[in-house]
Order: sequence, then structure tokens, then C-alpha cells
Amino acid sequence: MILDFSVIWDSLPLYFSGVLVTVKLLLISLALGLLAAVPLALMRVSRQPWVNFPAWLYTYVIRGTPMLVQLFLIYYGLAQFESVRESALWPYLSNATFCACLAFAINTSAYTAEILAGSLRATPPGEIEAAKAMGMSRAKLYRRILLPSALRRALPQYSNEVIMMLHTTSLASVVTLVDITGAAKTVNSQFFLPFEAYITAGVFYLILTYILVRLFKLAERRWLAYLAPRKH
Amino acid sequence: MYKLEVQDLHKRYGDHEVLKGVSLAAKAGDVISIIGSSGSGKSTFLRCINLLEQPHSGKILLNGEELRLVPCKNGGLKAADARQLQRMRSRLAMVFQHFNLWSHMSALENVIEAPVHVLGVPKKEAIEKAEHYLAKVGVAHRKDAYPAHMSGGEQQRVAIARALAMEPEVMLFDEPTSALDPELVGEVLKVMQDLATEGRTMVVVTHEMGFAREVSNQLLFLHKGLVEERGCPREVLANPQSERLRQFLSGSLK
Repeated sequence: MILDFSVIWDSLPLYFSGVLVTVKLLLISLALGLLAAVPLALMRVSRQPWVNFPAWLYTYVIRGTPMLVQLFLIYYGLAQFESVRESALWPYLSNATFCACLAFAINTSAYTAEILAGSLRATPPGEIEAAKAMGMSRAKLYRRILLPSALRRALPQYSNEVIMMLHTTSLASVVTLVDITGAAKTVNSQFFLPFEAYITAGVFYLILTYILVRLFKLAERRWLAYLAPRKH
Repeated sequence: MYKLEVQDLHKRYGDHEVLKGVSLAAKAGDVISIIGSSGSGKSTFLRCINLLEQPHSGKILLNGEELRLVPCKNGGLKAADARQLQRMRSRLAMVFQHFNLWSHMSALENVIEAPVHVLGVPKKEAIEKAEHYLAKVGVAHRKDAYPAHMSGGEQQRVAIARALAMEPEVMLFDEPTSALDPELVGEVLKVMQDLATEGRTMVVVTHEMGFAREVSNQLLFLHKGLVEERGCPREVLANPQSERLRQFLSGSLK
């Protein structure tokens, strides 16, 4: 078994542009997902049923269905309705990048919300009491104590979610986008060398994963230093 | 006028009445020790004063201002006005048995947090004040350390500095030395004794009979939700009137 390196070498530019697409999809969906996850997590820890229930239903439905099904529903499914095709949103909803980002953002927001809600629930009750006893209002308690503390403690789990999302973005290749996996698909269809095509894609994902892991290690060293063993 | 007045406080958990009408009045500079066995209601009483627990009836006054209470669904009382409660809490600093420092903040950040974000003190001023109070309780050298990296005694002294930085009218101590190793108890008691000598008004729930006798000027012995005895600590401890207190002291007085 000998790999055809010349094919890999010649298609590197295609892979590099694929990396840019993958990174763009990942960053946009993570940013939107995290933004939505914070209010969702706060709803999920609420004791009011009418606040908690909608968020519970949302995370249940999103986590209860496969990402690929959600992506197909948004990209192909919505196009079936005339009212959607005639709406002002159609220019966006007919755009594959927009649909992929939307589907990924919705998906990661549900998982991130549950991670964050778990982290909020695990806040030591004494720390909440201390904040109350100091005269903090509810809003301040959340802004100054609960969220900063929960976001930090969520980091290790969130890094896992981010890596999963990196790999999930490969689904974008089934809605015509040329991300890393899309590049591999193109190379395979041109040369019919599936092993070369996909092993190269795999190497790119490994490199991106390594970078993400390093970044999260740095973030944990910075923001989770208080949980590390004492240095001296 | 009294700094802190609590009148006829009742509290129950379900059918179990843990406080059956407890009152307390502290003038400026008073140090009141509350003693009693576990389950006597002493911690619950202290926690009702700043509404960390909901009393079922009673009155709480700080500097003559009554905390307005209204009944809520479960039968307990809650503050009628959340802002009044927050304002009163900010003037009643509390020190907890388990320190309850905010674990993601350094000692210094713990001390400046509430002055800056509750009282609105400018950050620079708050830092100066925090350093002053940390030095006063003897942990200035640990100001950049996180709570988990400090000893229990250090954590509790930071917690006291955090309470002091609010410049409160009254300080509430909830068994501040009960979670400490015997050799660390002394350093915390020493700080509390210094505060008492300065003329700070303090209410202290404690098991330290030495502290109650030497430092406080008023003693409450709680038993089954009632004040069984109260008075000058030296007299009460030397000459207990009730059988309950005699039993309690024979078990704990060294």
C-alpha cells in the first residue's frame, strides 16, 4: 500500500480553503450558541415552571434529535413551504452557510446550556448565602458571583463540546459546503483515492483539535487557577 | 437607642418549632454571645436576623428602622421591599462557620467585591481599605491567594476582613471557630477580641465559653427555642440558675 502523495500535495490549497470554511463555521456557531446558552441556562435553573419548561423543552428536543436531521430540516425542509420561499428570510434560508451556522448554533446552544446549568446548580450554597448576606440583589448575585463562577467551572466540559462541534461541522459538506470534509469529497471524486483524500482531512482535524486543546489548557490555567493544587 | 433589636422571633420547620419567641437588643458596642447545645436554635436565630432563614413572626429593627415583613405562601415572612432588605443586610455583616469565601476570587477580590458592587465605593479606595483590613486581621501577605490555597484560620480571617470592609453597624458571627483546627481557633478569637475592644457591636453564636466569658458583655443561653437564661456572662456562667445550663456547662466548660 503506497499513498499517492502528489495528489495530496496538489490538493493542499483546496484543503487550506476548507480549513478556513471549517473554522468560520465553528467560530460563528460557537459564538451564537454561547450567547443563546447563557439565558437558556438561567431559565433551566429557575424554579418557576413557566420559565424553566420552555428551556427544558428546547434542550430536550435539540439534544434528542440528530444534528444531521436538524440540518436537513432547516436547509431542505423549510424550502418546501411557499410561505418561507416568499418571505424576507429566504435569501438567508436558501444560503447553505447561513443554514449550517444556524443549525450548528442551535445544536451547540442546547448542549452548552445544559453544561452551564449543571455548573450553576453546583455552585456552593454558602457562596450564594454570603453574597445575599452582603446585600447583593438577585441580578448582582448572578452577574458577579454565580455566572463568573459557573462559566469557569464549565470550562473543562465546554472544551469537550467545542471539540465535538469541530467534528460536527463536517456535516456542512452534505449541504454543498467545501469545508475540510468537503475538500476531501472533492479530491476523492476527482481522483478516486478515498484513503488519501480522507486521511488528509483527518490530519487537518487532528491539528485543529490539538490547537483547541492547547487553547483550553491555557484558559483553564488562567481562569481555573483557584481549583489547582497549591504551588508552594 | 438600640443598634439591633429583635423582638419575639418565631420560626418553625413544618410542625417543629425551632424558635419560640426569642428577643435580643444590642446597644452600640455590645458584644452578645449566644450559647446552647446543637438544635437549640441559636444558628437559626442568627440567620433569621438577616433573613437567610424566614422567621414566622417577630420584628427586626436596625438603628430603629424596622424591616418590613410580609407573609409568603409557605407561611414564613419575607421582606416587603427587597431593596430595604439589601440595604439592611449590607449594614449587618455576617461571618459564617464555613467561611463561605467566593472561591474563584483572591482574598483581596473577596474583600473589595461587596464594597464596590453593593455600596458603590470606588475601586481604588476599596483596595486601600481592603489592604488595611487584611493587615489588621494578619493576612495581608495572602491577599493574592485563592481561598482553597489558604488554611482555615486564614480563610476565616479573610472572611472577617470581608465583613469589616462593609463597615457594618452590627457584625453577626455564626460559630466562626467551629470548623477550625484547635490550634487555629486562637488566631480567629484574637481578631474577634480586638474588634470587641474597638467597640464594635457584635452578636456571636459560639461554643467558646472562654470567649463568651471574657469578651462579651451579654450572654444568651438558648434551649429548645427559648432563652433559658440571659445576663452578664461572668455571673451566668459562674452561677447558672437553671438545671439545663448547669448540665450544658458541665459538659463543655473546661
